[in-house]
Amino acid sequence: MKPFTFERATSPEQAVSAFAAQPHARFLAGGTNLVDLMKLGVETPAHLIDVSKLPLNDIEPTPEGGLRVGANVRNSDLAAHTAVCRDYPALAQALLSGASGQLRNLATTGGNLLQRTRCPYFQDLTAPCNKREPGAGCSAREGVNRDMAVLGHSEHCVATHPSDMAVALAAYDAEVELLGPEGDRTVPAADFHRLPGDSPERDTVLRPGELISHVTLPPPPPGARAAYRKARDRASYAFALASAAAVLALDGDGTVRHAALAFGGVAHRPWRARTAEEMLIGSRADAETFARAADAELAVARPLSDNAFKVPLARNVAVHLLTTLAETPDRPAGS
Amino acid sequence: MAVDDTTRTDRTTERVLGSPALRREGRAKVTGTARYAAEHTPPDCAYGWPVAAAVPHGSVTGVDAADAMALPGALAVLTHENAPRLGEPDDPTLHLLQTPRVPHRGWYVALAVGETLQTAREMAQAVRVSYDEEPHDVRLTDDHPGLYHPEQANGGYPGDRETGDFDAEYAAAPHRLDLTYTLSPLHNHPMEPHAATAVWEGGHLIAYDSSQGATPVSETLATMFGLDPKQITVVAEHVGGGFGSKGTPRPPVVLAAMGAKHTSRPVKVMLPRRELPSVVGHRAPTIQRLRIGARDDGTLAALGHEVTTHTSTVKEFVEQAAVPSRVMYGADGIRTGHRVVALDVPTPSWMRAPGDASGMYALECAMDEVATALDLDPIELRLRNIPEREPDSGKPFSSHHLADCLREGARRFGWERRDPRPGTRRDGDLLLGTGVAASTYPVLVAPSTASVQALRADGSGPAYHVRVNATDIGTGARTVLAQIAADQLGVPLDAVRIDVGSSDLPTAPLAGGSSGTASWGWAVHKACRELRESGGSIVTVDTTTDVQAQEEYARHAFGAVFAEVSADAFTGEVRVRRLLGVFAAGRILNARTARSQFIGGMTMGLGMALTEHSSLDTRLGGFVEKDLAGYHVPTHADVPDIDAHWIEEHDPHLNPVGGKGIGEIGIVGTPAAIANAVHHATGRRHRQLPLTPDLVVPR
Repeated sequence: MKPFTFERATSPEQAVSAFAAQPHARFLAGGTNLVDLMKLGVETPAHLIDVSKLPLNDIEPTPEGGLRVGANVRNSDLAAHTAVCRDYPALAQALLSGASGQLRNLATTGGNLLQRTRCPYFQDLTAPCNKREPGAGCSAREGVNRDMAVLGHSEHCVATHPSDMAVALAAYDAEVELLGPEGDRTVPAADFHRLPGDSPERDTVLRPGELISHVTLPPPPPGARAAYRKARDRASYAFALASAAAVLALDGDGTVRHAALAFGGVAHRPWRARTAEEMLIGSRADAETFARAADAELAVARPLSDNAFKVPLARNVAVHLLTTLAETPDRPAGS
Repeated sequence: MAVDDTTRTDRTTERVLGSPALRREGRAKVTGTARYAAEHTPPDCAYGWPVAAAVPHGSVTGVDAADAMALPGALAVLTHENAPRLGEPDDPTLHLLQTPRVPHRGWYVALAVGETLQTAREMAQAVRVSYDEEPHDVRLTDDHPGLYHPEQANGGYPGDRETGDFDAEYAAAPHRLDLTYTLSPLHNHPMEPHAATAVWEGGHLIAYDSSQGATPVSETLATMFGLDPKQITVVAEHVGGGFGSKGTPRPPVVLAAMGAKHTSRPVKVMLPRRELPSVVGHRAPTIQRLRIGARDDGTLAALGHEVTTHTSTVKEFVEQAAVPSRVMYGADGIRTGHRVVALDVPTPSWMRAPGDASGMYALECAMDEVATALDLDPIELRLRNIPEREPDSGKPFSSHHLADCLREGARRFGWERRDPRPGTRRDGDLLLGTGVAASTYPVLVAPSTASVQALRADGSGPAYHVRVNATDIGTGARTVLAQIAADQLGVPLDAVRIDVGSSDLPTAPLAGGSSGTASWGWAVHKACRELRESGGSIVTVDTTTDVQAQEEYARHAFGAVFAEVSADAFTGEVRVRRLLGVFAAGRILNARTARSQFIGGMTMGLGMALTEHSSLDTRLGGFVEKDLAGYHVPTHADVPDIDAHWIEEHDPHLNPVGGKGIGEIGIVGTPAAIANAVHHATGRRHRQLPLTPDLVVPR
């Protein structure tokens, strides 16, 4: 591990200015991913700014009826929060399907969004990787690519984003609040992560020195049902082969009033299924409609040599999830 | 987890042997005072971090250590140009830093030694190695031009065997199945990664090594460093599992001893998890062709089991996957054989039940397919084919209770209520199925020595002191050996002190091949009996002549494994609902630790069936899965209900302790039982493992 200097941030604003003052700085929160990557030599920061003690630990209702989550809220705490369990069940389910209990106790909301891909070639300094070293080449594309992307990948990178939480946030139309040296701004969670294009070294739209302060969830659509489903290789502690978060609201006659669908494990970012959503809204909520919509969304999939299974898997996960939601009885008011 | 009947029975008896005695080192382990190899830190200890080859095949043309040596705390960078010269060991994978040759990606080309672990790691990342790269090939195919028939497979078994006329019997059989099963490489991944600390004191080498046998380590180091075995002490007091990957010395102990010799400092080498796949061995991939000719009544006329596998260019290791087909079922014509190709891959080695775990997966799935084809119950099919004598050797079995295991398991599992039709049971979104497979493992035993001394009988401490270089790799070996001694001496368990895990103790074989307790126990039993009979104060024995004088019997443990699985109708995710094993493994010496061995093996079999998988990158060479996030061993959530039972088996033709060995038989049979249950659930045969959603998902 390369030697580095360390400081503990005293306020969010101080953290941002400290970052700007130091070349090759990194913010440190839970450390569950960054520290591993430093040991491997994949991340080699010269300076660490510990933001984990900043007072960004609250989960508060917003005036609009949503929820504002501090970036330092631990995954375990967010998953167990009463309002999250009640109003954003897909988020709670996504969080609990990720990592292990020990990791969730440490990992933060902001850090979860900023975790790096688990592509094995990214983690192996002896294998070429454009994300780690732009221009070096992509080992995964023609290598062992069973776990890689089927949507939105480029010739430069086929990695997936590993977060479950981010998939649910995308489906809930959450927003990510950023503090930065050039001012504060808000980015939709669904647009926070990038497709790799020709700069796979950039996972997100975050600008240098920007710090995530909060994630804000809008109020859930009236009458919405939501859930997260993750298909994986073992029952716990495995990244998604394919996952989906869905938020669905129906009119009294069984037509779809609101539909939000996001896939995980299939792309460089949570894949918000806009094509499918457009087909669903105003259509009859039945299995055939859901299948047609999922197929239309996945028509642009470009599987690699080992991962063609992800297309039917993602389709089945989405169809089953939406069908189950459509068949779920409405929750009695006030419960 | 249900309490085993045997456990309940034995708790009420007076006998020390067979009782569920607690692990003697349990308290030390849970309080953290038990010291593993990496936890011995002599004064002035330095740290070594290996540098792995970044090319799949070729040779080192230069090592630039300038940047590494410029780091504060850097002590040395050892390469093939400056490392101590070593004598040639039996195992060429240990002949490290002696030549520039790179036989596979991950082969060690340098060792960085620094004042701290962090320094050594940073040094290793700063060492610049240049290579002359050569073409490589890591892809195993069943028509590879480099395939050859090896004379022997692992374990000393003949590579190819034929009894009767397989071709004629197969051609004439009314029912013929020709099936190919494929297994990917697997990795042992014990909880404790491989580590060693080496100290030179004058001309004496002390090595703390995470090993399944300190005696073979000391013998190997003696050869390599030109020492008399008396000049070496190897300590392996506590070992966090090995599953075969620590059966013989592995690179850390050699590197630590070299580093210590070169720097005149104690040196510790702890392999990070990521290094294990390349340098400590793996279960070799196999492509297994099963040809079975059956008669209308289900009896077998012909059994062909032909295995294709790989080894490295460093040494020949042939996974003996066809060997169980020489044991299990009677057929008039039996052909078993192995073909192997030397590829530019890391060297395969032992992984829990080598040969049997792989071979019984294929054989027992094929038997299930025969049962389906003949519309016969799979248990009945097996019962009809249990041979009178071992088919290959013609020897009588010392004892054979497969039928009892199948019947007892069927009773406990509720097999008689099973509807044989595949793909017909549902629980919501889950397809349900059950499956069965037989299990077997040979009874192995090796000569051992041991000593026992009578101590002061004033009640102030243990009355007897047993010394034997056994290794307790977490199995409970020291507890069971103390039970054997107490039983033979006629004293309570706490009257026996036992020391294991050092090459300064009486020489003993390694903990491997499920032979440890039989081999060490035989010596402990003999020493204690002689002490009791002679009334002397100290006895040291050697069982070499006893082991050599054994009668000619085919000795095997048998078992039956039953599985109930669910397969998600949408995702193809397979999960085990129930797993039951019933075993006949001779006398069970400790009900508690035996149970752990059985269910541990079955859990590993569950991993083989459903989650574990290693891949070789054909372009880069080397294994891709390097950590426990990528190499999926089962989690607790994957193992909801697992149970093991055993039947009372009295076999007069074994060692005097009466056990057959239980470390490996639990894994054998489990993958096939689960795979057969998946077919019963879904109606589809996949003929490869693991059964992950990429295979099983409905398309």
